[in-house]
Amino acid sequence: MNDATRNSSLAVPDVTGAERAADGANAGPIIQFKDVHKAFGPKVVLAGVTADIQRRKNTVIIGKSGTGKSVLLKHIVGLLQPDAGEVWFDGQRVDTLSERSLTPIRRRVSFVFQLNALFDSMSVGENIAFPMAQNPRGRRAGRKRINEMVSECLGLVGLAGYESKNPAELSGGEKKRVALARAIAMDPPPDVILYDEPTTGLDPQRSDSINKLIRRLQDTTHATGIIVTHDMRSAAEVGDRILMLNEGRIVADGTPDEIMNSSDDRVRRFVQGEADPDETPG
Amino acid sequence: MAYTAGRVHPILAPIAALGGSVTRGLSTFGDFWVFSAQTAMYSPLELGSPRSWRRMLQQAYAIGTRSAPVLMLTGAFVGMVLVVQGWEQFSTAGFADRLGAVVNMSVAAELGPVLAGVMLAGRVGGALTAELGTMNVTEQILALRTMGAEPIRFLATPRFLACLLLAPILTLYADLMGTIGSWIIYAFVYGGDSEPYWFFTRTTVEMWDVGVGMTKSMFFGGAIGLISCHMGFHTTGGAQGVGEACTRSFVISFIAILALDLVLNLVNNGVYKMLFGNRSLF
Repeated sequence: MNDATRNSSLAVPDVTGAERAADGANAGPIIQFKDVHKAFGPKVVLAGVTADIQRRKNTVIIGKSGTGKSVLLKHIVGLLQPDAGEVWFDGQRVDTLSERSLTPIRRRVSFVFQLNALFDSMSVGENIAFPMAQNPRGRRAGRKRINEMVSECLGLVGLAGYESKNPAELSGGEKKRVALARAIAMDPPPDVILYDEPTTGLDPQRSDSINKLIRRLQDTTHATGIIVTHDMRSAAEVGDRILMLNEGRIVADGTPDEIMNSSDDRVRRFVQGEADPDETPG
Repeated sequence: MAYTAGRVHPILAPIAALGGSVTRGLSTFGDFWVFSAQTAMYSPLELGSPRSWRRMLQQAYAIGTRSAPVLMLTGAFVGMVLVVQGWEQFSTAGFADRLGAVVNMSVAAELGPVLAGVMLAGRVGGALTAELGTMNVTEQILALRTMGAEPIRFLATPRFLACLLLAPILTLYADLMGTIGSWIIYAFVYGGDSEPYWFFTRTTVEMWDVGVGMTKSMFFGGAIGLISCHMGFHTTGGAQGVGEACTRSFVISFIAILALDLVLNLVNNGVYKMLFGNRSLF
């Protein structure tokens, strides 16, 4: 990680992480899943997920591929609606809201997509400025302020001076960093950052660098982080708490230490990377 | 063996499959009209907002300016081929000097708009579907939604408007080149007399014909824009899915152009007869 990334002065927020950290009024869970069910055709993905996500903590959701981790994440911002059950965000039920009514919630949440979802037709700077330009408050701040924030966010992820590059010119790790920069470049800064497989496809060193960045963003902004991953090293490094999804349900909930030393066979096998007996060929 | 709900007796399987296909088809058809209504609904907002013009001008350049050469070439060849096809019959019957009138009326009212539409469906429709389809499978459209931007307004409406507004202008170019192309073959290959060619063209081809052609092309352009954007927004399945969506987009646009052409011709003939009575070329 370079100097820019190590520099801990996040100049982005004006409603800051410090204010958020000092705010004890909203001490309850920021996100709640209540018996959430979701199926795509005959395939049942979520079969009654109930979980609370605590404020200002990094919660990691682990589980095998196809167990519905990303699906669960998309329910938080109304990209998917549950077939049954409820999803709550900061005391407001999300799953019944219209697309328009979801906008205020979406302005409080950032989403780092698995494939980064950088807009090909825009430069790196325009990509990062986009969420601010969509927000009336960001627009009122003016072009100059937006450009300053873009530079600050790029500096924070160690990509200072990359504003005019195109996403196609970047490596996988750099794209991920730009996606992280875009996630924090909001005014006001996000209350929740959702990370969908943030280290997938990256080499171990770049994964480590992204993990440190996620941890640092949480320490600096005090935003609630929800990280979906099947990378146990990443989960242990960035998580304050780990939930494990298996066959559409939460089967384990604990601190990284508790999960790593779990006696539950399903958790132990996943943590140690052992195949399930019924999935072993031959 | 008892067949419970959700399981289909093998004898009924083809009927169930047919029912499933019809249901999916109707659902997609309904979804297309909802999508079209939303796209059209955002059009006044896009046209009325200077901030949106940049998006529309980019599309106008890609859809209009870059399509002009190929459409002009198409128009020129259509005009030339029609003269080659008609010369023998018209000159044998002693009506060679009327050939220009027949060819140019065909080009202005029928072949120009239809072939320009087909070329647009191939060149522009395919590109729009590929672009939006790739954005969809790489989660860029989801990212727009999470950032509070309305993807239909942001992506579909500028493309739809560019297709709708520029197709008539492109058709006019194609008509012009068709007229010039037919005259070149008529005068320089077959040695026809230019004066009656232009005289009968001027007296036979009415502004009505040109207007009808442009009106048709506006419908064709709008249909191409809506169909290709809708296909792009609903693309799934990676690179193969994008390829299949492009093919489907072209085929459906092509059929839509022919169907619209039939309907618009029937309407046009009825209106013309009502306003001006029957018309004859001779």
